[in-house]
Amino acid sequence: MERAAVLGRLTWRLAEVADIVAETARAATLVLEVDGWPGHRAGQHVDVRLTAEDGYQAQRSYSIASAPGERVLRLTVERLDDGEVSPYLVGELRRGDSIEIRGPVGGYFVWEPGAAQPVLLVAGGSGVVPLAAMLRRRLETGAATPMKLLYSSRAPADVIYANELEQLADVDGIDVIHTFTRSHPDGWEGYTRRIDAAMLAEVAWPASQGPAAFVCGPTRLVEAVADGLVAGGYPPASVRTERFGPTGG
Amino acid sequence: MHDDDLRLDGNSAAGLFGELFAVDLTAARCRCAGCGATEQLAAEVVYAHAPGTVMRCVHCGNAMAVVVHGSGRYWLGVSGMSWLEIPEPASG
Repeated sequence: MERAAVLGRLTWRLAEVADIVAETARAATLVLEVDGWPGHRAGQHVDVRLTAEDGYQAQRSYSIASAPGERVLRLTVERLDDGEVSPYLVGELRRGDSIEIRGPVGGYFVWEPGAAQPVLLVAGGSGVVPLAAMLRRRLETGAATPMKLLYSSRAPADVIYANELEQLADVDGIDVIHTFTRSHPDGWEGYTRRIDAAMLAEVAWPASQGPAAFVCGPTRLVEAVADGLVAGGYPPASVRTERFGPTGG
Repeated sequence: MHDDDLRLDGNSAAGLFGELFAVDLTAARCRCAGCGATEQLAAEVVYAHAPGTVMRCVHCGNAMAVVVHGSGRYWLGVSGMSWLEIPEPASG
């Protein structure tokens, strides 16, 4: 049935771990080979399911880190010590193992090249993952869309993709702005506080430029940033959000 | 744990709805039967820590949809939603 091929419901498929790359002390990128992967859009996520020997199953959603044009699928996972899934993915999983995934899912928190409007990306912690996929998508397609990433981390050692972000900041039309909420390097002259309205007013594209905003991180950060942007004149529909709670573990 | 921390959004229900529906519901627009506000489903508030998943209106808190999965069936309640506008999937 041709129609079923287009409208198929989600099914679980096996992904083989081709590599595991440490990003920070708590986060790692799983490089996955997935037979028959249908492709994805920047910003989408997948569900990961683990099954214990006694049949108990646990599943969580993780954002896709890789750009759609990459041959492999990459997920970056932050280990939450009391989590059910992430301590296994970051710590136990080994190259050559397989995990079950389904997706891609989510057609809302996605960026497609083509629109000329500038893009504001705001991340808290591992909320940077889907936003990095958008930056990588921009690079891979040669799009000229101006993009700014405002990224809140506790400390420099917690910055995911630190080296890559440093290189991205040199690309024409891409800006990367960090804020550190707990500790910062000696001599750091950038932001050292949680993202607030004053910071957004300094960093965000003016609402008059018709920007699109994508905000991803812990619930409270996401809601504070979304409220701040709307207060600053961004139409609510131009601010797309993705919250993750502590249940993300 | 702070209640705020448990508040997710419709994005997190994409996989659950994907088990039931052949189209991506998170990109659909829905209307709250309580206050009449319309939003994309992804932007509504979701609480997933209860025995089921509850989607609430981001504007008024009305329970728009409830999904409970267990014992070999799904139970889907949508009395808090007056309609869904679902984009036709791109073909191919």
